Amino acid sequence: MNFQAVGAIYTFEMARFFRTLKQSFLSPVLSTTLYFVVFGTAIGSRMEAVDGVEYGAFIVPGLIMLSVMTQSISNASFGIYFPKFIGTIYELLSAPVNFLEIVVGYVGAAATKSLFIGLVILGTAYLFVDLDIQHPIAMVCFLVLTCLSFSLLGFIIGIWAGNFEQLNLVPMLVVTPLVFLGGSFYSITMLPPIWQTVTMFNPVVYLISGFRWAFFGQADVAIGVSLGAISLFTLACLAFIWWIFKTGWRIRS
Amino acid sequence: MAAIVSVQNVRKTYADGFEALKNVNLEIKEGEIIALLGPNGAGKTTLISTICGISSLTSGKINVDGMDISSDYRKVRAMIGLVPQEIALEPFETVINSVKFSRGLFGKKKNTAYLDEILKTLSLFDKKNAKVMTLSGGMKRRVLIAKALAHEPRVLFLDEPTAGVDVELRKDMWNTVAKLKKQGVTIILTTHYIEEAEAIADRIAVINGGEILLIEDKDALIARMGKKKIRIDLVDPSTEVPAQLASYDLDLAADGKALTYTYDINSERTGITGLLNDLQAAGLQMRDVQTQQSSLEDIFVGLVQEDTK
Repeated sequence: MNFQAVGAIYTFEMARFFRTLKQSFLSPVLSTTLYFVVFGTAIGSRMEAVDGVEYGAFIVPGLIMLSVMTQSISNASFGIYFPKFIGTIYELLSAPVNFLEIVVGYVGAAATKSLFIGLVILGTAYLFVDLDIQHPIAMVCFLVLTCLSFSLLGFIIGIWAGNFEQLNLVPMLVVTPLVFLGGSFYSITMLPPIWQTVTMFNPVVYLISGFRWAFFGQADVAIGVSLGAISLFTLACLAFIWWIFKTGWRIRS
Repeated sequence: MAAIVSVQNVRKTYADGFEALKNVNLEIKEGEIIALLGPNGAGKTTLISTICGISSLTSGKINVDGMDISSDYRKVRAMIGLVPQEIALEPFETVINSVKFSRGLFGKKKNTAYLDEILKTLSLFDKKNAKVMTLSGGMKRRVLIAKALAHEPRVLFLDEPTAGVDVELRKDMWNTVAKLKKQGVTIILTTHYIEEAEAIADRIAVINGGEILLIEDKDALIARMGKKKIRIDLVDPSTEVPAQLASYDLDLAADGKALTYTYDINSERTGITGLLNDLQAAGLQMRDVQTQQSSLEDIFVGLVQEDTK
């Protein structure tokens, strides 16, 4: 393992994050505050508790997941797409590194950034609602696994994308709807039975459900199934990236 | 000297069917500077990219220091530095961080003193904390060289390093290349500037249409293929070449004041003595006589034109 290379990629990518720290920090704080003002205070005060959890608190896991998933994808996809766009990818392709080292460097940095944002949102949420996390270790595990798996997905999107439009296409047209319809702001049991079945095909449901279980001890889907789903998703992304580097798809002529 | 880079029967065909390299064979000796000359689209960059691992080869074998570039890619790539043709740098990062990144990426531990030394050699030290985007084009090109040298490579590929660089900076770069050669670095240089190859290369390889047309010691090449020209300035302008001199294939200047005779320096009879005698016999008075050896450029243009025919 070329640890020097992993460290170099990770440090270089994190430097991009630190250069825009104010934006990285303020943007999630502001958007979370707006969500709490609108859904937590204005609308939430008129809503019943969901499964015994006050609505303002109920949306916290979904809100964190929403940001973490979109941020993971955008950070990781931009991280690998930008070298392709400006041409510095030549250095990566001619370096003594294998696919795993490249992935650990880029995806590790992207996941670190979204983990930071997830924790900032959690901290902001404490300012608005009372939270008592029932399974803190499981919560951290779910958060880290989500950051990793969606950063892997973002990395694939960044390699696939041929221009900036394509870079934004998948997060905008696929991921955001899946996250919104994946139970971020409601419990699946609130849906009509037919939609409850349909929604089970949405992989994000399993992640949000598992994450919510870590907070409140209640889940739409069994915790084991959630954990299995996220692990499967992570492995599928890793296998695809291994294939990309083996074949040189979209990166090596 | 042993071959540090050995390219054997290498072919490269792109997905669209374009054959960029056709059975290329090339042995690069350790410690030499070899210039790859060729017109646009000749296959120079493809050859370099293939050796460096950016492009995969369709068939053939490439060894660096006796190791295969695929199976021993870690050891091979750690030995190689590459300066690409296009300026490709992270614009928002500082010079020193860009160079540190390159060193780390190639598996070398931090060494601030060494990196500072490189930046000093390339006259970049006072810009080490400047963002790359604030640098001039010439400086950015030097940052690319600094990045390529950051991991102390034994083999350095320079893909048109002085394209778009002013004359002064070009000379600076030639000095840098000369210093690297003294340190034992093997340098493979592609260039459009034939004077560059003439100034710094030990050997010349001419490539065209994906094929190596020639590899030869630079001085031997010029001597072997070089032709000389003799220019004779006349006292009185002439309207045509006199009939007595028709056998010499002379060129008369447009103003009629000079005759040029081209001859092969390697031939047994250059014909100079006879020409000078016949000039006198034809009643032409000479004001001045100059000789000029053909440059590498003439040889290169001749070779490529011949290949294209």
